[in-house]
Amino acid sequence: MLWIAIRMLTGDAQKFYGLVFGIAFSTLLITQQLTIFVNLIERGASGVYNVSSADVWVMDPVSRTTDVAYAMPSTALDKVRSVPGVEWAVPHLRAQASVRTKDGDLEGVAVIGVDDATLIGLPKSMVEGSIEVLSQPDSVIIDDVGTTRMFPGQSPIGERLELNDQRAVIRGIADAIPSFTSTVVLYTKYSQALNFVPGTRNRLSFVLVGAEDPLQAKALSERIEDETGLKAQTRDEFAQDGIDFIIENTGIPLNFGITVALGFIVGVAIVGLTFSLFIRDNIKQFGALKAIGVTNAKIRRMVAVQAGLVGLVGYGLGVVGTVFFIWGFSSNPTFKGFYIPWQIPLISLVAVFLILALTGWLALRNVLKTEPASVFR
Amino acid sequence: MGTPIDTTAIGGCRPEAAICTRAVTRDFQAGQQTITVLHGIDLDIRAGELTFLVGESGSGKTTLISIMCGILWPTQGEVKVFGTDIYELSDSDLVEFRLQNIGFIFQQYNLIPSIDAANNAAVPLIAQGMDRLEARERAVAMLEKLNIGDQADKLPRQLSGGQQQRVAIARALVHEPRLVVCDEPTAALDASSGRRVMDLLRDVAVAEDRACIIVTHDNRIFDLADRILVLEDGRITHDGKDMPEGH
Ligand SMILES: Nc1ncnc2c1ncn2[C@@H]1O[C@H](COP(=O)(O)OP(=O)(O)OP(=O)(O)O)[C@@H](O)[C@H]1O
Ligand SMILES: [Mg+2]
Repeated sequence: MLWIAIRMLTGDAQKFYGLVFGIAFSTLLITQQLTIFVNLIERGASGVYNVSSADVWVMDPVSRTTDVAYAMPSTALDKVRSVPGVEWAVPHLRAQASVRTKDGDLEGVAVIGVDDATLIGLPKSMVEGSIEVLSQPDSVIIDDVGTTRMFPGQSPIGERLELNDQRAVIRGIADAIPSFTSTVVLYTKYSQALNFVPGTRNRLSFVLVGAEDPLQAKALSERIEDETGLKAQTRDEFAQDGIDFIIENTGIPLNFGITVALGFIVGVAIVGLTFSLFIRDNIKQFGALKAIGVTNAKIRRMVAVQAGLVGLVGYGLGVVGTVFFIWGFSSNPTFKGFYIPWQIPLISLVAVFLILALTGWLALRNVLKTEPASVFR
Repeated sequence: MGTPIDTTAIGGCRPEAAICTRAVTRDFQAGQQTITVLHGIDLDIRAGELTFLVGESGSGKTTLISIMCGILWPTQGEVKVFGTDIYELSDSDLVEFRLQNIGFIFQQYNLIPSIDAANNAAVPLIAQGMDRLEARERAVAMLEKLNIGDQADKLPRQLSGGQQQRVAIARALVHEPRLVVCDEPTAALDASSGRRVMDLLRDVAVAEDRACIIVTHDNRIFDLADRILVLEDGRITHDGKDMPEGH
């Protein structure tokens, strides 16, 4: 009987494709939007992810994220270094600046000053050049997304910039996760950064800490807070702070939430309508089957198999569509590093299941209500 | 016991009756009103006969055969099909009883459009749980008996109306049910096709231990009946080999 159910459904090509399209469209919309959402808000933590060697971030108590930070006096560094359990601690400067390009355009950039001696604070790998270039005078390393933004289609190596009236030369390209706003990032030595960023007495944004025992990072961060009066967050906590900041301060969750809800509603509408049309067209056949001697339980299983088939094919197409979408745009800097967390296909699978359970149940009600006696009418 | 007793007189059913109804009534609710469509039907349908149920439109023919084949509950009365009191069965047992014992020929055929003639004819066997290929083989054999074996691979829409009806007949007979019911099998056909279908049904559906009951008001085929029952306003008013005078 299940074979017959499948043939009944696939035999009506128009409706079958309509159903599959409905599910695929919903799956695509939900999966794709959730993927973009998750990856986008994770960009709020890119500053933390890019410095993977730091176990603990120490900052002024009012600082909130890598980009919303209040500078500390330089004595903070020594205070942190004296806390037991700290293997190393290095200064880290993050500031906004304006650059004038060769063409005279003005561009806002983030300047990141990394420890002169160890260069801790740079992203893990380089696209071009080595991190050693920072020892040359006036050197900066630009991030790859910044390259595509400021120097589309050309190499930035050797380019001169005017950075807050200071001369800077790009000597390398870092492979970095872009920030939420995809701001151009220039990495330089801490001492150099102090020249680039004009300013006040306090300019130490963070102290990056390596723990003697990285597994005890949480305990170490608490000890640092106790002994220095500064705020200390483990890498994971600080990454989450960045994500939370985006969630709390932008309309992004709401916007994506609306799109995901629309995907679900459109799915219910298309699938519900097509499914009930399909059932209505076949109600006589279902009635005949009931008269001949097919139990309601078997009819339920038939409709469940029909829904399951539509769900499987539609869901598969939707997920594959999302993968192609992400893959197709992977060279676009906006989508750099995008991945599909495993939870998302699971969520859309649940959504598909709900859509089909709801619409299948509605459609099935008509079949179950059909009196077998109606076949003689 | 000795000599057989005519139990009809005292309300019981003959054990050899294919279908036996006693005091069957059926009401329908039309708004506030209750319409009584059948008024105490007492009938014995014998196996081995082609029984016609005729009557004016609205007289209750469809209602009566629906009750006799287990798809419509009588308001009152008793219905036995081959000795089984079918409305005493549980819902699922009644469904199973129909699947094993009754073949249906619907006026609108109700074939499944997306499966071929042989698979359509095989539906009751498949529903009984028979292996699909074996069921198909048997269905093809039945189609051959109905002279449309060469159409076995065609979809219903590729067949003429008459061929579709033969497929529907094959479906009704493929599982060798003991009771075959048809509602208006010839209404959509011209005179000669109608007669051919009836001859066919006679050949394949009527046997020693099988009953076939046909609802019709097609007077062109009355002469093919073994027995004609006339229903008027929910009562049996005639029972005989031929139609009464004046019809
Ligand atoms: N489900 C129902 N609800 C209400 N009334 C019904 C229902 N089924 C049948 N009736 C009524 O019962 C009466 C007999 O109907 P039935 O279909 O048995 O007649 P029939 O003899 O088969 O007529 P026809 O030759 O037109 O098919 C009609 O008046 C009809 O309106
Ligand atoms: Mg009728």
